[in-house]
Amino acid sequence: MHSGGSSLRRSLAVQLRVIGALLMREVITRYGRHNIGFFWLFVEPMIFTMGVAALWSALQATHGVRIPIVAFAVTGYSSVLLWRNMPNRLVGAVGPNLALMYHRNVKVIDVYAARLALEAVGATISFVALACFFTAMGWMQAPEDVGKVLIAWILLAWFGAGLALFVGALSERTEIIEKVWAPITYLMFPLSGAAFMVDWLPPSVQGAVYYLPMIHGVELLREGYFGSAVRAHYDLAYMTSCCLGLTLLGLLQERHISRRIAPE
Amino acid sequence: MIELIDVVKNYPMRQGMRTVLDRVNLRIAPGEKLGILGRNGAGKSTLIRLISGAESVSTGRIHRGMTVSWPLAFSGAFQGALTGMDNLRFVCRIYGIDIANAIPQVREFSELGDYLDEPVKNYSSGMMARLGFALSMAVEFDCFLIDEVIAVGDSRFHEKCNIELFEKRRDRAMIIVSHQPENIVNHCDRAAVLHNGCLRSFDDVAQAFDFYQNVG
Repeated sequence: MHSGGSSLRRSLAVQLRVIGALLMREVITRYGRHNIGFFWLFVEPMIFTMGVAALWSALQATHGVRIPIVAFAVTGYSSVLLWRNMPNRLVGAVGPNLALMYHRNVKVIDVYAARLALEAVGATISFVALACFFTAMGWMQAPEDVGKVLIAWILLAWFGAGLALFVGALSERTEIIEKVWAPITYLMFPLSGAAFMVDWLPPSVQGAVYYLPMIHGVELLREGYFGSAVRAHYDLAYMTSCCLGLTLLGLLQERHISRRIAPE
Repeated sequence: MIELIDVVKNYPMRQGMRTVLDRVNLRIAPGEKLGILGRNGAGKSTLIRLISGAESVSTGRIHRGMTVSWPLAFSGAFQGALTGMDNLRFVCRIYGIDIANAIPQVREFSELGDYLDEPVKNYSSGMMARLGFALSMAVEFDCFLIDEVIAVGDSRFHEKCNIELFEKRRDRAMIIVSHQPENIVNHCDRAAVLHNGCLRSFDDVAQAFDFYQNVG
């Protein structure tokens, strides 16, 4: 630690160091050192996704459309985990870390960044590992357009991070958020595009679900995966604008709370 | 040099905004020992937290021309779910200290033995204080912020802390907050009194005490 002349470069180095330290802290407190420890980071979402894939396979949830049900479940549920777990982890994230903010360089945004990074990494490893495993088993095909899958994944992660920043910071201002967030995520799941494609819906409903930003990400992901086998509907400009808006709102809220934070 | 310029700190309370610190000005030169006196709730700890940067000022400015420690309340600044060792690693990482060097030093000074590998929430207040002090000695600062001098720990540990802080590090600046007069008298060159949100500085500790006694 050096005083004075805090150039951007040095600040950046400090911030990366702090986020790294917080990452290690998160891993230890969340997963501990017992049994498989840090592997829970992606084993947990993998178990969820596999359960959903098994359930949907049994129920034949694709209504006879010609895309493989396992691949449909893996792409759908993985994207839900990606954007939904980030807000869940940031709601009330300040409290358990308040003592650490006695150290000047540990800021709310660092705590958020560490938790977001961890969620993104966990969901991504889970998705990639499952896709590889099911492809090897012959239950899933390799994606037709990896580039589209990648862009869709990044957009979904961005949406999750923006939403998480906004909801997480708001939750520090009012307890109502913590109470209503669980039912909201629960209700968003069936609308998120994980379990259907927009094309299957009646046109009147299609217009309504277009307002949900994550729909566009999931549609692009599915197009990247299944190519011509599906007809995807998405508007990337709309999704990007939503992500950008949420991120800005989130950062504003974060700024508001971090100026008022008081370590006990 | 640390400089506080017109620092104001407000907290929202049910009855509206409460001004805890009202246009506080202060300068601390390298090596200087400043005592801050004040009744319970006068805002001493708030002032220390502002200087440390743990909290932000409402208005005004704080310039830190030297490295400033976290407030050594000898208990805070830890994550209860983590072990003493994990907290040590965390502190080393954020301050960019070599962990391998710090471990033996902290192990020896804290005398915690196997408890270092236990979660901090299982520590007694004395053990917490020992860990806190040992950790803060592992990182070198130009200015130490001390919130209530070594309030816990037995007399032998007390003595050890005194040697480590006030003898080995006597060249550093220190800001000591206390409502116990002897702590300030023993360790400080000058003192300031916090009363009704205002900070009054005195060049002489005895003068500060006179004022403190009278306003109380």
